Formats: sequence, structure tokens, C-alpha cells
Amino acid sequence: MEGMKLFSAALLGGALLLGGGAFAAEPIRIGAIFSVTGPAAFLGEPERNTAKMLEDEINKGGGLLGRKIEVVVYDDESDPTKAVTAVDRLIKKDKVVAIIGPSTTGSTLAIAPKVEEGKVPLVSCAAAIDIVSPVRRFVFKTPQSDVLAVKQIYRHAKKNGISKVAILTASDAFGSAGRKELKELAEKSGVAVVADEVFGPKDTDMNAQLTKIKGTAAQAIVCWGTNPGPAVIARNRKQLGISMPLYMSHGVASNKFIELAGKENAEGILLPAGRLIVDEQVAEKHPQKKLLTKYAKEYEARFKTPVSSFGGYAFDALSLVAQAIKSGKSAEPAAIRDSLEKTKGFWATTGEFTFTPSDHNGLTEDAFVMVRITKGGWEMLK
Amino acid sequence: MSSNRGKGSAAGLAAFAAIIAAAPFLLPDYYQSVLIVAGLFAILSMGLNLLMGYAGQISLGHAAFYGLSAYASGILTTTFHWPVPAGIAAGVVLSGVTAALIGIPTLKLKGHYLAMGTLGFGVIVYIVFNEAVGLTAGPSGLTGIPRLSAFGKTFSTDREYYFVVWGTAFVLFVLARNLVRSRMGRALRAIHTSESAASVLGIDVARYKAFVFVLSAVYAGIAGALYAHFVTFVSPGSFSFHASIQIVTMVVLGGMASLWGAVAGAVFLTVLPEWLRAIEDYDILVYGAILVLTMRFLPGGLAEGAERARGTLVSAFRRKSPASAAAASGAEGRKP
Repeated sequence: MEGMKLFSAALLGGALLLGGGAFAAEPIRIGAIFSVTGPAAFLGEPERNTAKMLEDEINKGGGLLGRKIEVVVYDDESDPTKAVTAVDRLIKKDKVVAIIGPSTTGSTLAIAPKVEEGKVPLVSCAAAIDIVSPVRRFVFKTPQSDVLAVKQIYRHAKKNGISKVAILTASDAFGSAGRKELKELAEKSGVAVVADEVFGPKDTDMNAQLTKIKGTAAQAIVCWGTNPGPAVIARNRKQLGISMPLYMSHGVASNKFIELAGKENAEGILLPAGRLIVDEQVAEKHPQKKLLTKYAKEYEARFKTPVSSFGGYAFDALSLVAQAIKSGKSAEPAAIRDSLEKTKGFWATTGEFTFTPSDHNGLTEDAFVMVRITKGGWEMLK
Repeated sequence: MSSNRGKGSAAGLAAFAAIIAAAPFLLPDYYQSVLIVAGLFAILSMGLNLLMGYAGQISLGHAAFYGLSAYASGILTTTFHWPVPAGIAAGVVLSGVTAALIGIPTLKLKGHYLAMGTLGFGVIVYIVFNEAVGLTAGPSGLTGIPRLSAFGKTFSTDREYYFVVWGTAFVLFVLARNLVRSRMGRALRAIHTSESAASVLGIDVARYKAFVFVLSAVYAGIAGALYAHFVTFVSPGSFSFHASIQIVTMVVLGGMASLWGAVAGAVFLTVLPEWLRAIEDYDILVYGAILVLTMRFLPGGLAEGAERARGTLVSAFRRKSPASAAAASGAEGRKP
């Protein structure tokens, strides 16, 4: 009986053997790992769509170095363990020359040792500063770091005569990273933090924190979190009749936030955001203008959903890799890495990338613009 | 009969060992990490099968024991610079001790209530991983965990690690197999059938239940510590409620109360998505369909499937040579 059960194990073993396969090695193969399903699907879905769209576009334009490109996308199901097996497959089986993604910080940190060992450049679409600090030789990232958003907010506040702020941050990864930067940069920016309140990401009432802040000398509130917490804060603020300005993070820079908070409650909220959500208001002469409207138009036509900055991260990652292959005139992983690191003044949807051996994010504060929510829409501030 | 069975299973174990030894050389390189993950899940589902399949106690919080050990070993070796084997040992002990403590109140529960109790425990541990930022590095995860090194050797390649994981899985398999065949195993099955009947027979139900609960947590702890030193990174997402369900699925799909089934279920569910990657976009649909069909036609899991396949083979063989029919009939009708 046990022997026969073994038979099934043997069958399985045999079937494993048939799992492999090979394609002709002609196109330049670029790997991608996105969280197309699972809790992070809101990131992975637009990223996958964007990568596929850009692949078609590059191929229509004749490919790279006279070869077509092929983007091999694997879904890590928002699970770092799956990302690890996927990256092995990309490096060892598909023999990709570079990898874009993953969507989440967890998956990126999980596969970082693998790409370092396999010597394949990785351009991540995840945001945390931990990905590029300390610098790993083969790991880059496209999303803006929090520190740039904080600088923008403080600069805007200072310009408007605000020197005392209250900070109100979520007790999750995003919120606590923001809290750290807000406190660290305050003094240098000439702003004092006079109240430091925290909220649970799933809390449904923030009256306590807001009432406390109302009683301090704060001239503005800076809130750091992702939906739905900040939407609750926007509503409670209105109910309490607090009139001081409310700043939010780029974590809520999507129409979903306005929808959750309600048009009238969101009115007047200020936040730093990538130019993608205000692409129509970007000046005609701005180097990003053409790129943004083209991407937004094509994406919306093809996938029938509004464009998001998350898709933009994948757009930038793939564009950077393509650009590195072109300028380095080689599709070898090591050459792509070297060429990536020499990227200078490259405009993409997120901002202008200039990589150096000590900066693998390569963006400046300019990657953000301050926007104000006006009548349920986004208004870019000059 | 029993000597026959003994011989058969020794041959089975030998073949199991042979497959483990040969697999990395027969399969393409990139399967190694998949097989390592499969091995970790095999250890997890063997442990859970002892609890669920044999003793009939459900746990929907098993990922917590998996995660506790992974985090403990990860934190001790990274933040406190313990040697890796010491970290692993501490992780496994932590899982076991936690199970012993949690077991006191929860194992008094039955059925749905036990399911809820263990589920709640799993969720609490998951929240701790997320919120104890100072210790666990919070939702973004703990990085820089060293690879396994012991006896002056670092197991840095996937192939070496494969043998560590599957070697461990093999030893744990033999231990579990001996256990379920012992007096203890019979006691566990008696508890599964009826706790009152078991206690009437003089079985100390509470003690046995606590023992098997701790044992299955220790299995999960071993898998967790090995996970941490393989991926060299841990984040709460890997130990969520979803992971607990995944382990339960492996046990049920493999076959309750079957150790071979536990291994087959873990390997099958880990490797299947890799095959399905070929049919991009539809892989999740097909994956779901395969699960539904398996449970519809093989409610006893893969172990039952293997048993049925064997039955078909035996009867085909019997038709050819009627003389052996009488000899083979003894094996019929036994439960898988």
C-alpha cells in the first residue's frame, strides 16, 4: 500500500521533468514580477498592463539594437516567497537580461540577494527607501522616496508663512516611514512639529486626535497614510470646523481618495503628487508633457480605466532598462547595469532620473508638484 | 501481512530517499527554489496532518507557529548576532512553547470553536509581526538574515539548501510515520473517532491532544526557521491567515491521515502554479478548476487517488492471472 502511494510520488517526480521548456533565444528578454493578484493587486495590475503596452510599443518601433523585446511577466500574488521562486525562474530559465518590479517593498527586499548573486539588474516599482539605502549594486527603483514629498510639503508651508505644524500619521509601514522623515526634516526646513499624533490604519474616527491638535499652536496639519484613514481625517476635520490647512501625503494621490472623503470634505487639501494625475495642466513646454499625455491617453484607450501613478512606475522602469540597453549598445546584464548607473537627465512619468553609484533612485524634489483638491479634481499649484 | 507491509514501506522509504537524492540532478536548475519551498510546505503539512488528519483537531492558525520561529530565528541571528543553529533551535522551541501555552485554553474547544480559537491566535500573531516594529521591522520586513551555516559550513547554494530541507523533511517523515504506527498513533485516531470512547479506553485525551498540538507546532517551527535562512528575509505577509489556509488546503488535498498525502499535497500545490505559468492569464482559473475537480472526484485527496489507481492496476492484473486474485483480495477494502 505504501509502495503504491509512492507510485504517485514517482509520477509527480516524472511530471516535474516535463515542466521545463525552451524558447528560441532571439528576442531580448526582460523579466517582470508584479503583484497582479492578492492584496497588492491595485499596484500590480496597472504595472502589468503598462509593461505589456510598452513592450508592444517598443517592438512596433523596431525593438532594441535590432532585436525585438519580450517581457516575461510573473505574478507573485503579493507574496514574497512566490517572488523568490519567480526570480529564480526568470534568471535561470528565461535567462532575462534585466528585471522590472516587484510591486511591493517586501518582494523587492526578498529577491534583492538573488539578483545580486545572479548579477541581473533590477529596477523595482516599490517605494521604500530601504530598497536603495544602503545601495545594492544591481538594485534600482523608480517611485519617489518619502523624503522628497516631505521636503515639498515643508517648502510649501514655509512659503505660506507656516512655521508650526501638527503631524498625524498612520501606524503602518507607510505612515511610520513618513513620521520619521517629517520629524527629521522639520528643523532643517525651519518648521517646528508641535503635535505628534498617530492613528490606526483602520480607525473609523479621528476626532480625538484632531481635537487635541486643535488645542495646540499648530498652523497646519500634515497627515501621512494611505486610504481609508486620511479620508476619515478629512471628514472629521470638516465636522470639527478646523480651518487650518491640511496637507496629505502622495499616498492618497488618486481619485479614490476624493471619492472616499467626499468632494466637499476634500476641498482645499494640499498634497505632493507625481505629474501624472495633473497631466493636462502640465505646461506645454515641460519635458514630461508629451510623455504624460501620450501614456495617459494610450493607457485609458487600451484598458478603459484611469491611469495611475503605479502604472507609471512600471513605465519608467521598463523605459529606463530600454534606454540603458540602447545607450550601452549591449543587452548583457552587466553592461545594462553599468549603463543604468550612468543614466543622466532621463525624463519619465515619475520625474527626471539621474542615477549615480550612490543614488539608485535618482529623483529630486522636482518629481513632485504640489496639488490642491478643488471641486473634486486636482489643481496643480505653481 | 504485517511483515509484508513493513517490507513494502521500507521499500517506499528507500524510494522516497532516492527521489529526494535524484530530483535536483534531474530537474532544471530553476526548480531548486521551488522544490525547497515545496519541502518547507511538506514539513508544515506533515505536522498539520498529525493534528488534523490523525487526531482530528483543526488549526486555522498554523502559519503563526511557522512565522514565530522564522521571526525568532531571523531576529536572533540578525539583530543579536546569534549563530544560526542556535537561532533555529530557539525559534523551534518558541513555537513549541507557544503551542503548549495556547493549547491549554484552545484545545478544550471543539469543532468550529476550535477553528475560531486557532484562527484568532493566528491573526493576533500576524498583528504582532506588523506592529512590533522595533523588533520585527514591521510590515516592510526584516532584511539581512544570514544563510544557514553550521559545523563551519555555509549552505549558500540552492542545491545544498535543497538537501538540508529535504533531508530534514525525510527525517521528520520517518519520525511521524513511526509515531502514527505506535500506541500513540492509535490513541490519536481513537480521539479522532470519539473523545469519550477514547477516554473510556483509558486514553488521557487532554494530554495526547496537547502533545500532538505541540508536535505539529514544532514541525511548523522547523519549517519556519529553515524558511528564514533560505529567503534571508521575512515579512508578515508570508505568515498571514492566507498562509494558514494554504497549509490546510495541502493537507486536505493530499489526503487526511496520510503522510504520503501530506508530502504529495505540498509538492503538488507548490509545483502546479509553476507548470501553469505557461498558460499566462488563465493560470489562476485552471488552478482553481484543478482544485475543485480534485476535491469533487477524490474527496480523500491525492492519497485516495493513488489508492484507486493502485486498485485499478491490481484488478487489471488479476483479470490476466486469476490465480493471484485470491492472494491480492486481502488488500481490498482497507481504508486509504
